[in-house]
Amino acid sequence: MVGNKNKVLKLSTAGSVDDGKSTLIGRILYDTHSLTDDKLEAIERSSKQKGYDYLDFSLATDGLVAEREQGITIDVAHIYFSTPNRSYIIADTPGHVEYTRNMVTGTSTSQVSIILIDARKGVIEQTKRHFFINNLLRTKEIVVAVNKMDLIDFNQEKYNAIVEDFQSLISGSDYQDQNITFIPVSALHGDNVVDKSENLAWFKGETMMEHLENIRLEDIQEEAKARFQVQTVIRPKTEEFHDFRGYAGKLKGGELKVGDDVTVLPSGRKSQIKSISFFDQQYLSASKGSSITITLMDDVNVSRGDLIVKSEELPKESKSIMAKICWMDNKPLEAASTYFLQHGVKLVKSKVKSINHKISTDTTGATEKVSQLNMNDLGLVEIQLAQPIHFDAYDENKGNGAFILVDTKSNTTAGVGFIL
Amino acid sequence: MNEKVINNPLEDEAIYIFREVAGQFDKPVILFSGGKDSITLVRLAQKAFYPAKIPFPLLHIDTGHNFPETIAFRDQLVEELDLELHVHYVQDNIDAGNVQEESGKYASRNMLQTDSLLQAIEKHGFDACIGGARRDEEKARAKERVFSVRDDFGQWDEKNQRPEVFDMLNGRIDFGQNVRVFPISNWTELDVWSYIQKEKMEIPSIYFAHKRKVFERDGMIWSAHDEYVFREDDELVVEKIVRFRTVGDMSCTAAVESLAFDIDKVVEEIAASSISERGARIDDKRSEAAMEKRKQQGYF
Repeated sequence: MVGNKNKVLKLSTAGSVDDGKSTLIGRILYDTHSLTDDKLEAIERSSKQKGYDYLDFSLATDGLVAEREQGITIDVAHIYFSTPNRSYIIADTPGHVEYTRNMVTGTSTSQVSIILIDARKGVIEQTKRHFFINNLLRTKEIVVAVNKMDLIDFNQEKYNAIVEDFQSLISGSDYQDQNITFIPVSALHGDNVVDKSENLAWFKGETMMEHLENIRLEDIQEEAKARFQVQTVIRPKTEEFHDFRGYAGKLKGGELKVGDDVTVLPSGRKSQIKSISFFDQQYLSASKGSSITITLMDDVNVSRGDLIVKSEELPKESKSIMAKICWMDNKPLEAASTYFLQHGVKLVKSKVKSINHKISTDTTGATEKVSQLNMNDLGLVEIQLAQPIHFDAYDENKGNGAFILVDTKSNTTAGVGFIL
Repeated sequence: MNEKVINNPLEDEAIYIFREVAGQFDKPVILFSGGKDSITLVRLAQKAFYPAKIPFPLLHIDTGHNFPETIAFRDQLVEELDLELHVHYVQDNIDAGNVQEESGKYASRNMLQTDSLLQAIEKHGFDACIGGARRDEEKARAKERVFSVRDDFGQWDEKNQRPEVFDMLNGRIDFGQNVRVFPISNWTELDVWSYIQKEKMEIPSIYFAHKRKVFERDGMIWSAHDEYVFREDDELVVEKIVRFRTVGDMSCTAAVESLAFDIDKVVEEIAASSISERGARIDDKRSEAAMEKRKQQGYF
């Protein structure tokens, strides 16, 4: 079972306490035997004290509960569990109305999103926002968990009505490439979370964990062109590797092979890939996600932040970009303000030329003229850059189409952008 | 020649983080305790910069209560990889009267390390300290960033952390600030052990089952080493076959009874274990109790 640890699936969840999100995560941890004895004992003790005749699994994520009770800033927390099949990482983002920023953060690092719906309430504002953000970030795999089925007597018609409601959201969305799976569950009692439920015998689909276990990584990976941004230049200056000049980075999208004709940007110099290595081993090719070191046939000048791409797959080049921005800082974004724009690992001075409009985060996508973007606002902006960057539209390559804006004074990460 | 690089997402991510440290900071350092997590860090750093050697020195805050096996291991590793090692001794700080030694039954120097660390950072001007902490270790850690900014006093402002979106790491800081970097944030204890197994890495012998003179207290097994570990007269020393799951100081690390004499058996044991690794850390027990108390106040 340990041999499979190379496989990791990153999930994100959002929703409020009332949706039963903590309970759902706790239930997953419990039913996959991921809770240690010490934690289980604490849950049993506390459930008893509260006079419950069931186990209160929300306590498994009690760090968050305590936080909420104390009223301090709510943030993204990471939860880990594994099955014999693979490891899972949950980015748990508490989802009150104002936490768009956290939802974007949690969703940005995950491959699968779980949208939680309270079966008694159906599709609400919060559901729409969460779905909208998943569309904005182009999350390919979405699981809609209709929770608290026990409280609507596991009623199939009511469940179907919720699914239908949600489907009308899908038809209005600008991103149609998703796999959306609906699953009725009761996290509290464990129906259909890990184990099949007799109460939901009418439901013929997989349980939530069955579904997650069967998601194939190759199905949800984005098809994108190879983009290799250099993080650091490796020059050993030892006798054995005297002339070695390696470019270290993590390949975003596609595949690179030894012998590929490549272009280095921004210089535009052309060369061929001479070698691809990972640690002390040489390889013929590497694909998306690998942290490799490559060398080139010619002695061209390459430095940190430079982009190496296949010569027949050049990205766009511009000193002016249009992007959707999610604002994350207390200090609002205003036109004419300057920020460092970090595109991958490259830092460029930038100026917000104009805020075209604010975008509503429900699925209507309605726009509104504004003079500034506040924290948790989403908007369309035009940005002017001091030097050109080499990018793809976010839709075409997530890694090469996203950026952050860094405040030049406080140094904080003030916003995240998705290039059109 | 191999065909295609095999992806290992956790390893690729850690290497990416190491390379960002090299790209964004002037004076990074790897915090090295001789434990399995910091040994794993060194391995990942080696992979990140090969064939160049690791471009950062190591920093060890030596409490003086280490297991001798750990120190021997540390020195051997440093020599093999031709690394620079800085050692700061908690004892020096005690002698200088900067910190006071704890007394009593549970005395440990664990808490005293912080002062020595901050002094080392200031003395050498380190702007990035790379550590082997993992998010699965503890609830507060579950919320820490990969690049975690500390102010001039080394403090973590958990309520005001920079969002980390996609894989973009923002390490911009003002003079005097520093960043704690956690490349194996997303690894679990089992991930670390499986990696040690897969990479056939050397680790200190105390991680494997061995005979040791120990005594029991509060249901935990303590190393009988009277020089460092306080022991009541009625706490009898016995010989047991034990191993350590984490390696801290002798005065704050409990042993577990185990017959796992090699790495395969250790991995099996961890995979089947139903107690978290911090269950064997006496220092963590302390803070667990404190956290529990806070929790109770909040709940009831």
